[in-house]
Amino acid sequence: MSDPMRIRLQSQAGVTTVKVLMSHEMESGQRKGDDGKIVPLWNIQDVSATLNGKVVMTAEWGGGISKNPFLQFAVKGTKTGDKISLTWRDNRGDSRTDEVIVS
Amino acid sequence: MPQTNTRSIRPAYKEAWLCFILVAVVGIAKAQSGSFEGPKSTGNVQKSEQPSEQSTEKAIAQYRQMLQEANPADLYVTKGEALWNSARGPNRQSLASCDLGLGPGIVKGAWAQMPRYFEDTQRVQDLESRILFCMQEIQGFNSIDLAAQDFNTPERLNISLLAVYVASESEGVPFNVPMSLPQEKEMYKIGKKLFFLRAGTHDFSCSTCHSQTGRRIRLQDLPNLTTHEGAGGAYGSWPAYRISTGSIWTMQQRLSDCFRQQRFPKPIFASPATIALSVYMGFNANGSIASAPGLKR
Repeated sequence: MSDPMRIRLQSQAGVTTVKVLMSHEMESGQRKGDDGKIVPLWNIQDVSATLNGKVVMTAEWGGGISKNPFLQFAVKGTKTGDKISLTWRDNRGDSRTDEVIVS
Repeated sequence: MPQTNTRSIRPAYKEAWLCFILVAVVGIAKAQSGSFEGPKSTGNVQKSEQPSEQSTEKAIAQYRQMLQEANPADLYVTKGEALWNSARGPNRQSLASCDLGLGPGIVKGAWAQMPRYFEDTQRVQDLESRILFCMQEIQGFNSIDLAAQDFNTPERLNISLLAVYVASESEGVPFNVPMSLPQEKEMYKIGKKLFFLRAGTHDFSCSTCHSQTGRRIRLQDLPNLTTHEGAGGAYGSWPAYRISTGSIWTMQQRLSDCFRQQRFPKPIFASPATIALSVYMGFNANGSIASAPGLKR
């Protein structure tokens, strides 16, 4: 089960800066555990953001992204009441979507 | 004849050397600007060209501030809060009735007044030892078993989560560690003694690293825990998220690792010695603002 993202918004003159903190182990697939065996790959592979349902940002992630990743991007043409939604999907097929309203 | 020949050749040699020197100088200049502009300068070349000590510290401060905006500790605070309110343990009870010193169930601001003396246990307790006590009394966990476990076992990680949640509820509150009772005064005295006690194979004490202002080890500032500011900044920012381990560390774990670095025997979790050191640091921090959860390398 995945934990909620922490999303913060800062809006100024129609541009909203979105700061997202995701809760994920992000195992690179390169690391060995205490038992000497390789810890299997487990990371977020796709991230997408929508503004009122329209995709505004997509990202493909790999093993170089840290544990509990932080993502920041800006969306143009936002107004109060707009809905920004973020979704990630990992290689195990797990996914998580969180929404915030522009204020 | 040979003389005229050498004369005509010599100036050409000179020019060639000049050209080579010019090329070499331009080459070095380019290499330098490249290494400064590059996003991942290794920093191990041209040491004399590096900015001064002061601007290094400024750059570290800027780096820390960028990280602070995205402190993953926030994710763990949410988990800790859910854990605090969920019915767990053999007794299937939540910790909602746990008394952290301000009365049963009061979490807000409680950590800023810890460690303190508790009537019910007749002991001075810090945050983690009090949580451990509540887990035993209310939820029915075996506190001796839990204290003997490693920091990374599931239930001990839960203690760290609970601690980071409780501490976060004191964010922005000034420290007011009580020091009116004889038991509290005695613990402060013991803590101070332990802080300055030199021992172990390396003849180390806490004060070896933590009694001078403006020192650092590699890129980490070493807080002067004998001062009000130093203790406030350091003690007040644990529990913290450690980027190097990707997990929450409480003050107990910080102390345990400090003991390891001093080549001291491993302290028992929530033991009187560790609590005494927290009393010493906590009381020294009195008046400064609690900033936990922090973000550490």
